[in-house]
Amino acid sequence: MKRNWNWAVWTGALVVLAGIVSYPLYFIRFPALRDFPWANLPLIAMGLALLAVGLARAFRQPQLYRGKIFGSVLAVVSLALSGIFLYGLLIGARHVLPVSHGAPQVGQLAPDFTLPDSRNTPVNLTGTLSSAFAPNGATGSSTAAQPTAGVVLIFYRGYW
Amino acid sequence: MIAISVDSPAESETLRQSQGYTFPILSDANDEVIRRWDLVHAHGGRDGTDISRPAEFLIDSTGKVRWVNLTEDFIVRARPQEALAAFDAMKNSSGSGE
Repeated sequence: MKRNWNWAVWTGALVVLAGIVSYPLYFIRFPALRDFPWANLPLIAMGLALLAVGLARAFRQPQLYRGKIFGSVLAVVSLALSGIFLYGLLIGARHVLPVSHGAPQVGQLAPDFTLPDSRNTPVNLTGTLSSAFAPNGATGSSTAAQPTAGVVLIFYRGYW
Repeated sequence: MIAISVDSPAESETLRQSQGYTFPILSDANDEVIRRWDLVHAHGGRDGTDISRPAEFLIDSTGKVRWVNLTEDFIVRARPQEALAAFDAMKNSSGSGE
């Protein structure tokens, strides 16, 4: 008797894979879904559940369903990939950055500095704070200059 | 708003033009300011170089720090609303609202 194609195993593995790769490729663009994988966790859980259903079929009704061997392989690979992905995202990512105890704190004076901007013009923090606001690249006449209320300073990792 | 990274001015200019950013992007290629502000992420760069950790500061016109965001999780970053809320709070407390 010809045994049935075990679709649950294949679909499950595909859903798990989609649940992992959709994070860097798509969901990372949405801050709420980037901070915590609200979209990816259910996808991965759904995929693993399908895999479990498929495996149960393969082992309980081997005369009806294929997949004892490749189902097991897919399940192990899917579990391992999910584990690595979730560990890296939820635990690993919290142990990468330095604590930066010496960084300026609220109420302290920000240490002054002068650095070149992207057109090699030196920019001085104190100078920027005491001067009128004129965005880099904006032409003077179109935007009315306003006194600076403050500066949001953003340190980036770079390598854009 | 001012951004700082270890990228060279040329790299930052390419980014600025491709993304249409109007804020200045400063280059701290030698980690000089990043080190002075204790924001170095040692060997965090692509080829093991020292780069800056993600960090956001709001500094008022007197040079005082009014808000800091030092994320512990490099995936979780400050949302624009957080910086805007800090800015509003600063303006209200200094009484120079407009």
